Amino acid sequence: MSAKAPKKIVATTSLAGCFGCHMSLLDIDERILDLIELVEFNKSPFDDIKTFTKECDIGLIEGGCCNDENVHVLTEFRKRCKVLVAVGECALMGGLPALRNVLPLKECLEEAYLNGPTVADGNPDKIIPHDPDLPKILNRVYPCHEVVKIDYFLPGCPPSADLIWDALVALVTGQELDPSYRSFKFD
Amino acid sequence: MASFVRFTLDGKTCLAEEGAQLVAAAREAGVFIPTLCNYPGIPPKGACRICTVLVNGIPQTACTTKVAEDMNVATSTPELEAFRKSVVEILFAEGNHLCPSCERSGNCELQALAYRYRVTVSSFPYLFPKRDVEAWHPKLVKDHNRCIQCKRCIRGIHNAEGHAIFAFGKRGDKVVINIDPDTSKDIDDELAQRAMDICPVGAILRKGKGFDVPIGRRTYDRAPIGSEVRP
Repeated sequence: MSAKAPKKIVATTSLAGCFGCHMSLLDIDERILDLIELVEFNKSPFDDIKTFTKECDIGLIEGGCCNDENVHVLTEFRKRCKVLVAVGECALMGGLPALRNVLPLKECLEEAYLNGPTVADGNPDKIIPHDPDLPKILNRVYPCHEVVKIDYFLPGCPPSADLIWDALVALVTGQELDPSYRSFKFD
Repeated sequence: MASFVRFTLDGKTCLAEEGAQLVAAAREAGVFIPTLCNYPGIPPKGACRICTVLVNGIPQTACTTKVAEDMNVATSTPELEAFRKSVVEILFAEGNHLCPSCERSGNCELQALAYRYRVTVSSFPYLFPKRDVEAWHPKLVKDHNRCIQCKRCIRGIHNAEGHAIFAFGKRGDKVVINIDPDTSKDIDDELAQRAMDICPVGAILRKGKGFDVPIGRRTYDRAPIGSEVRP
């Protein structure tokens, strides 16, 4: 790969995720040295750039949408990134946070803040947090592709470092991704 | 002596015993037809439709089709493969299939078929139905979130008196497969294990046991489902 080619610009974010997919990207070990030759990171927890400073080639999305802030960030990623990749089970189908999807939101909040066994006397005023500065919880957790158009999907919990690496190399070099059987897993 | 019939399988002439099930005859001939509700040794049902093939140009489930003389079978056209992928996607959207938290992950036939067809997300909207987990039985857990209603357990698991220990209730999209409290009362560990094994997904689990095969050594960790069938 030519070192002179302009670096592709990558943005990443974790919505309703656990940062496991970000950790899995870091799990590419010494290939991270090759990665920084290939790409430049923009908005991402990796470099702590909080807002987009330029248009990006590739956006990696971890996690689904559980609140209005997630929707806002995801919509912004769609606008600023040419290619959007949903990374991991939560981005693909909601994942663990989507376990609440079978229950009405009211029941979830009441269990978490009023009636749950761990609440005990911790909430004497019986308040369900509703400060305007807090993101609003959505009625259910949405997979990313139900909110914006997603171009590619990487399954796994988390996707293996090999799969993320192969996908990034394929996107940067314009090759088709043909993941190996061993790296294409849901767990 | 058994008599043989001659039939055409993906353009090749094959022999099979008269009356043989098409899925099994194809396997003998080195052709894998994917199945979910089918299980060797129990009566076929034709419930899941994933084994659909073209028999003389007409779509038919291979598990309920017996091989006949001069039958012409196509098992793998682009349309059939796309249809099978859709069946897998529908099943993933219709239940709550959370692979990372499922004990059956790596040994699950539905998941293995999703790997085979490279399903990433379902093309259908995820329904997130509200389903129960039943844990009252001393030896078994029934997780309705993962049940694909293939009824392999109903057809294949019987107690010492020959009574089925699973039964289905309700109809249509409300159908549930339950453990019969009476007929399942005295089952031993061996039968409980067979019940767990006959389930293609993680809907029937044994209590107090599990996660005993490490990741990397589970059934479908290394090679796709069907790769044991070779021409």
